[in-house]
Amino acid sequence: MNDSLIWLFAAPLLASLLSVLLPRKAVLICLFAVSITLISSLIVLSTVIESGAFYYALSGWQTGLAISLYVDGLSALMLVMTAIIATAISIYATAYFHNAEQQRFYWPLWMMLLCALNVLFIAADLFNLYVGLELLGLTAVALTAIDGKPEAIRAAIRYLVVGLLGSLAFLAGVSLVYTAYGTLDIAAISEQIQVNFYSGLIVTFITIGLIIKTALFPMHFWLPMAHANAPAVVSAALSALVIKVAFYLIIRLWLELFSDFNNVGISYLFSTLGALAILWGGWNALHAQRLKLLAAYSTIAQIGFLFMALGMILLLPDGEVRNTLIGGTVILAITHGFAKSALFLAAGIIQQHAGHDRINELSGTAQRLPITTFTLTLAGVALIGLPPSGAFLGKWYLISSVVAEGLWLWVAIILIGSLLSAAYIFRLLGHAFGRIERPKRLLAIGREEVPALLLALTATLLLAFTAAPLWSILENASGVYG
Amino acid sequence: MNIGNSLPVFILLSSLIPGLIIFFLREESRRLRTILNISGALIKLFLVAMLIWGVQQEQMFETRWSLAPGLEFVLHADTLSVLFVTLSSILWLVTTIYAVGYLEGAPHRSRFFGFFSLCVTATIGIALAGNLLTFVVFYELLTLATYPLVAHRGTSDSISGAATYLKYTIVGGAILLLGVIWLQTLTGPFDFVQGGILDSLPSELHPQLKWIFVLLIVGLGVKAALVPFHGWLPKAMIAPAPVSALLHAVAVVKAGAFGIIRIVYDVYGVEFAYQLGLLTFLGIAAGFTIIYGSIRALSQDSLKKRLAYSTISQVSYIALGASILGPIATIGGVVHLVHQGIMKITLFLAAGNYAETLGVHKVSEMNGVGKRMPGTTLAFTIAALGMIGLPPIAGFVSKWYLGLGAFEADVAEWVLPVLIISSILNAAYFLPIIYRAWFKTKDGEWPQESIQAGALETRATLLWPPVFTACLALAAGVFAGSVFSPLEWAELIAIREYR
Repeated sequence: MNDSLIWLFAAPLLASLLSVLLPRKAVLICLFAVSITLISSLIVLSTVIESGAFYYALSGWQTGLAISLYVDGLSALMLVMTAIIATAISIYATAYFHNAEQQRFYWPLWMMLLCALNVLFIAADLFNLYVGLELLGLTAVALTAIDGKPEAIRAAIRYLVVGLLGSLAFLAGVSLVYTAYGTLDIAAISEQIQVNFYSGLIVTFITIGLIIKTALFPMHFWLPMAHANAPAVVSAALSALVIKVAFYLIIRLWLELFSDFNNVGISYLFSTLGALAILWGGWNALHAQRLKLLAAYSTIAQIGFLFMALGMILLLPDGEVRNTLIGGTVILAITHGFAKSALFLAAGIIQQHAGHDRINELSGTAQRLPITTFTLTLAGVALIGLPPSGAFLGKWYLISSVVAEGLWLWVAIILIGSLLSAAYIFRLLGHAFGRIERPKRLLAIGREEVPALLLALTATLLLAFTAAPLWSILENASGVYG
Repeated sequence: MNIGNSLPVFILLSSLIPGLIIFFLREESRRLRTILNISGALIKLFLVAMLIWGVQQEQMFETRWSLAPGLEFVLHADTLSVLFVTLSSILWLVTTIYAVGYLEGAPHRSRFFGFFSLCVTATIGIALAGNLLTFVVFYELLTLATYPLVAHRGTSDSISGAATYLKYTIVGGAILLLGVIWLQTLTGPFDFVQGGILDSLPSELHPQLKWIFVLLIVGLGVKAALVPFHGWLPKAMIAPAPVSALLHAVAVVKAGAFGIIRIVYDVYGVEFAYQLGLLTFLGIAAGFTIIYGSIRALSQDSLKKRLAYSTISQVSYIALGASILGPIATIGGVVHLVHQGIMKITLFLAAGNYAETLGVHKVSEMNGVGKRMPGTTLAFTIAALGMIGLPPIAGFVSKWYLGLGAFEADVAEWVLPVLIISSILNAAYFLPIIYRAWFKTKDGEWPQESIQAGALETRATLLWPPVFTACLALAAGVFAGSVFSPLEWAELIAIREYR
């Protein structure tokens, strides 16, 4: 079963190399690799459900020398989410590109990105995390610039600089760790780490590095340009997965390795940054002129909700309430992954049909693409957090914890943030009702519209009604790596 | 599998499945769409009949589905759900038949009927919800399903009307959700229970419970159009007639009123709510709304707007009944849930007939309309007299019980004036219409006569639904004392609530 763990990153890595060598077969090779990661991730998840979290040293070397991997309930869920979204994006991408050259660059880079994502979810030492982050950052930048338009290049360069800044901060933290403890294995560090000025510095560097990568307010400024100007297939992966993996690392490190550094001040800091992100992102999304820009600002707001929840988790004492909220935060993150990728893919379809994505001029297009409009609606329901959707459950627990703690300012911000998201989503959907005749065929481009629709359905109905096992799966997170 | 327990699920599916299929039908497949709609409605009625029978025998119908720790999706049928489910199912059938005729040849019919079925599904879900979480799920779904119906015509007016509707209901939904979650943090998960459950909480929580009550009532009051949260309702009048009829009689407004009943009787418990002093708050809100709606209705020349303000006023009788302690007032409020529904749907369907057949939209254009459309006008007259409270029509029964209940609870000194003033106002805005329709002679041509009179005054699908519901309104009053009448069922609810 442990082989599945290796295939998770080996398959996309091999596919990336092969698709450079055999560009004509690239699509087939990559689809094959993606389906392998899908199957592997499901095997990994079922292994975790059956026998709990497990630790794996690559090529049989001992801990500390070998590349070590670790999977528990949380990482297994992230792997499955990533694999499903990646599958949908890949199928969509087979119909998306009309330019052979772009396609030639896209597939190897996309596979490399997928490889980096999976490495980050399962790596159990800081060095591999650093390598994974660098690989992720560079491929993401290259993908952003893929269509070669001047705005895209400018956004990509900014993304590159900020990304390097993040990696640099992370690397600084990692090298301090190595100097202090002589190891980069997370399990080994957690046995030695103590709260003092020096280790405080480590925590600060690593956290800042990851905050930049996850675009938490006020480190969010690079995101709208990058996500709005990249091709839709790329934006979907950037918003749903790339941002999410950095958040995953923060929650993982703060619940485990850094848990001794937790105090009320830290938890309020995270919640406050989250609150500002919710308001800033929501306000700008409401005033965005373009659909993809709206989606990008909405990502900033959604990351805000996740950090608001993280702050609350850190505030709560160990126990059932806290575990339930952790589950709620995870389902909020997963729902956002599905909903946001669906939104970007739908935006891509609309952009291709209309030749632009200016919201005020979309009426006709929205009515000519009923299935895509439906996808936008479902994704919107999940982003607002209306029932039925996974986000509704997540927000329920978030509001419930905030109310129980009596933090009424946070209650107000969560409600205002949700109303802002309702406002920008319905501003969009208002264009779906006009006087244009319904087209004869409901589906315009099946290979693009169906994957987007399935992602949106997952975010709403599937996650709303079948997510109950998630909380028991998360109990398989053993607390500390290894 | 036990069919009995999953009966509520099947009742939901009987409108959900046809609705989902209809979305994918071509515009031209009129026959298939109608067959799906009507058979869904008939199956639903059959299932509801089984449900009525079972609930009367005190059989338990319950389906549970765990969504997350402490969050359960519960469908169950008690006497109150049955009342609302029955009303919705019957009126869905009637309105569907009407809508088929009304929308003949109009564009986007598949979308319309799809959302129409979803809207009914959400309403039925609200009726069958077994706890607050499930209630909120369907309550929000109702918002989502009705928005496209209000926006249906796609003109800039209807889109802005729908946007106003959405602003009110989304904010209301958020306030309701906050109240529900807050309550749940104090109590943990619980189901609706006749008699309520909150009286067992320690008294230091009582101040919080009062705030929560206010949040819940405000959240529900937006849909129930309690003043000052009623602003969306007149604007949503832009919707096609069958939608307005459904919105005012069963779906949106009634969902809010139904929620208020649930909160008062099955969450707080009416006696506990009385002890906390919350009923006075609710009673004042309801009484004020009753008078305010009636006064505003007086000055409306647009027939649909006049009916809209009349709804604002009439629906608050339900909240008024809930705010008076004692079984008789309870009966009056609960039974009005049904009575207002059948009378108001008649009025709206009749108004739709005038507009569709003759192009008559305004009260001032209605002179002599009774001669041209006697069936429709007769139905309108019966329903309007019922609204005023004339015996033996249904509305009289509601008002009678509300008045008696006020004496029983010793609050007659303010409830009775409200009832009397409102009845006078009802008469003042309905009687002139009836007078114009029957006794004045028509002046000039009709504004836009698009359906010529043949054997019938208008299309059969337009004529028979309001006539049928008018008969129901009459029957609900005349046979109020017989078995399975709305009144008898409301008595059953009151008995189980106060035992």
